[in-house]
Amino acid sequence: MNLQLTEDGKLHHLLTLDGLPRAILTQILDTAESFMDVGEREVKKVPLLRGKSIFNLFFEPSTRTRTTFEIAAKRLSADVVNLNISTSSQSKGEAILDTVDNLSAMHADMFIVRHGQSGAAHFIARHVAPHISVVNAGDGRHAHPTQGLLDMFTIRRYKGAFHNLTVAIVGDVLHSRVARSQIHALTTLGVPEVRVIGPKTLLPVGIEQMGVKVFHNMEAGLKGCDVIIMLRLQNERMKSARLPSAQEYFKFFGLTPEKLALAKPDAIVMHPGPMNRGVEIDSAVADGPQSVILPQVTYGIAVRMAVMAMLTGGAA
Amino acid sequence: MNASLPEAHTLITRLADAIAPTLTPDTFIVGVHTGGVWVAERLHALLKCPQPLGTLDISFYRDDFSRIGLHPQVKPSNLPFDLEGRDILLVDDVLHSGRTVRAAMNELFDYGRPATIRLAVLIDRGNHELPIRPDFVGLTLNVPKHQNINLSRLDDGHLTLSLA
Amino acid sequence: MKIHIQNGRVIDPMNARDEVTDLFIAAGKIVAIGQRPADFHVNRTIDASGLIVCPGLIDLSVRLREPGYEYRATLESEMLAAAAGGITSLACPPDTDPPLDEPGLVEMLKFRARNLPGPRVYPLGALTQKLEGKMITEMAELTEAGCRAFTQADAPIADTHVLLRAMEYAATFGFSLWLRPQDVSLAQDGVAHDGAVATRLGLPGIPALAETVALATILQLARETGARVHLMRLSTRDGIAMVRAAKAQGLAVSCDVAATHVHLSENDLVSFNSNLHLCPPLRSLRDRDAIREALRDGSIDALCSDHTPVDENEKQVPFGESAPGASGVELLLPLTLKWAREMGVPLAQALDLISWKPAQILGVPGGHLSVGSCADICVFDEHADWVVNAQSLFSQSNNTPFLNHPMQGRVRYTVIDGHLDFESGH
Repeated sequence: MNLQLTEDGKLHHLLTLDGLPRAILTQILDTAESFMDVGEREVKKVPLLRGKSIFNLFFEPSTRTRTTFEIAAKRLSADVVNLNISTSSQSKGEAILDTVDNLSAMHADMFIVRHGQSGAAHFIARHVAPHISVVNAGDGRHAHPTQGLLDMFTIRRYKGAFHNLTVAIVGDVLHSRVARSQIHALTTLGVPEVRVIGPKTLLPVGIEQMGVKVFHNMEAGLKGCDVIIMLRLQNERMKSARLPSAQEYFKFFGLTPEKLALAKPDAIVMHPGPMNRGVEIDSAVADGPQSVILPQVTYGIAVRMAVMAMLTGGAA
Repeated sequence: MNASLPEAHTLITRLADAIAPTLTPDTFIVGVHTGGVWVAERLHALLKCPQPLGTLDISFYRDDFSRIGLHPQVKPSNLPFDLEGRDILLVDDVLHSGRTVRAAMNELFDYGRPATIRLAVLIDRGNHELPIRPDFVGLTLNVPKHQNINLSRLDDGHLTLSLA
Repeated sequence: MKIHIQNGRVIDPMNARDEVTDLFIAAGKIVAIGQRPADFHVNRTIDASGLIVCPGLIDLSVRLREPGYEYRATLESEMLAAAAGGITSLACPPDTDPPLDEPGLVEMLKFRARNLPGPRVYPLGALTQKLEGKMITEMAELTEAGCRAFTQADAPIADTHVLLRAMEYAATFGFSLWLRPQDVSLAQDGVAHDGAVATRLGLPGIPALAETVALATILQLARETGARVHLMRLSTRDGIAMVRAAKAQGLAVSCDVAATHVHLSENDLVSFNSNLHLCPPLRSLRDRDAIREALRDGSIDALCSDHTPVDENEKQVPFGESAPGASGVELLLPLTLKWAREMGVPLAQALDLISWKPAQILGVPGGHLSVGSCADICVFDEHADWVVNAQSLFSQSNNTPFLNHPMQGRVRYTVIDGHLDFESGH
């Protein structure tokens, strides 16, 4: 966490939401709010990051996240370079550090990093020159801080405040970096009850120590919830030693209108995407009035603009 | 409050009197956060301007972003009208270096292309660093570099000027 | 060469000696303790005032990286490092390239080591060919070539049937098996202890079950076959309890732990430091505390360094991609002393864990200071303060979790077979 902050407590890297003070999370959300209407204007740009070079270092492929970061950077008038490093050409750390050093020599100001290994963004942040900032766009199972933030932004937009909410995260928490980031954000922002719901095979050991209540029964876990976050179930988990089938999973842990009715009547349904209809979530719910899944996407640009602006401003 | 400074509302009235003769009904008044918005609100009322009031936050257009970073409290810019081909009256409380006005104009042009922009300021304190001059000014004052002139708003809405 | 070690505090756990006295060495043996022999013309006097004189340390696991892994370390550098650590005998795991599964390779390694200054090297033989866990090796031939025990190092046998037959074969001849209890299928691709910290950091976990399940199998097979088993690098509280119970039932089994696991736990993994990627992983505080207590009450028989030098590039990668293991042959002594200090354990009991006990487990001479025994001696300053870094370490590698940490206790002289093989600068 110290790695992320400067001596006077300003954000220098965004690697994980774990250990970031509430004030910084709130500042990011507030700043994102002010970037919302840039997208409504004719000239969807502000000159804040003009002359800055942002490099997208994606060791794991992703079109959605990369595109959102690219749009956000361009709206800040930054120059963006995309590097998709396939796993075959990169497999040793030498390559990572060499790549980073070469790009730094090309006057990079910021790296947006996605990697299959937990801790990869930390690793890169420890090696870059002091003036360069690193944004973690997802590292292994560990963290996806901008996703966590945009999910908080969504909650704040629809619910106003955090201090009186019950939030449930449903699904494969074990393998989810998004879930971990969400849990850190929710607990830091003061949500009094954070629940995780899933079969034992998909909930990691000791997750209670992150400040959540564990439920294996979805009906019990959804009772009285204000926010329900559904996690994507990866294909390779569906028939494995951990789960027998998508059908049985959907029966017990999928969100249907009947199960949704157990939550508060004004509960909102979120999903970091992309959705598996009929596996985690019934189409009726995904397309229903309580779903805020589509708006979540638009908030992602404003949140990433806020993060990039906060990391770049101020003398290094 | 410094005895040698006039009352803010006196200056605002003086400004309104200077602006009124040349103000067209199609002119849009736009205030620059935060002091400029307070002044713009008063002017908008005094001049009985029929158009909606616009407000600008220039945080994203400042030229000192690299040095001092993003201001923690960014207020929303609100221009509830189409700028294209319009006459704009840009309003700020204190004109000093001119950089705020430059940023405000840059931002206005990202919303659209106005026909004209005229500048009204409550106080012009000199030491301009850019070729920017007000069209309407409440008071011209030569304030030494080490001093600050501030417009504040009290709880009851009353505006007051001070020199520090 | 005739050496006189003068005025040191001689601590010899096996002979229950703890007194300030002199040692006299000639022709590779200790010829007298206390009284100077007649006609003893000293070639070298070592003033050991204020220092501790103990049996040369015996380290049950030091990887020398030859043959095959010279880019990580060489015999020269690691034997010097071991001597600098006060080690006079060491057991070398067979996971070299090629692995030590043939007598010729063992003989070559011994030959190379004999001609270099440094500790006596006892290569451990591979238990299965190429360490693949399928076919057993020629254990009798390998024993003739000098192997004291057989092991799979960090590649446990997945096929229980193969393990059973290997143990039966070894029991036929009375050979020892050194096994690290780890169930391959439960460990999978884990890199950290499966607990709250790995969950938080999103690191794939190795549950404690991986050790206890494998232990249960090994202990049961040992009971059945009568094979002599030494369990390497225990890491769990439950595992230690199982071994304690087995010993109480009369099973002839011994065990060791790595010095790193006496002091560190999963909580030290905070910032994904690859130097903390170890095999077995650093576990919970409860497990660590169980290790500390079990060393004190004798349930754990010995401490070793599990010295595993790796190339810098193998650690300069994200945690999960890094090569596991820590360099540490020079830290075995100070880490043992630190444990003793913190637990209020007498020095003799602590030194026993790294001298006499490992000598018995390895089945080699040494580990005590008796008249007529080989002159393998360590002289150290228990109060010397130093900092672990590239300059202070003799090993070719610096991959230790204790990098930049202060240490207390440093070797000043190491005598091996009557030769002064190491003398520190200050």
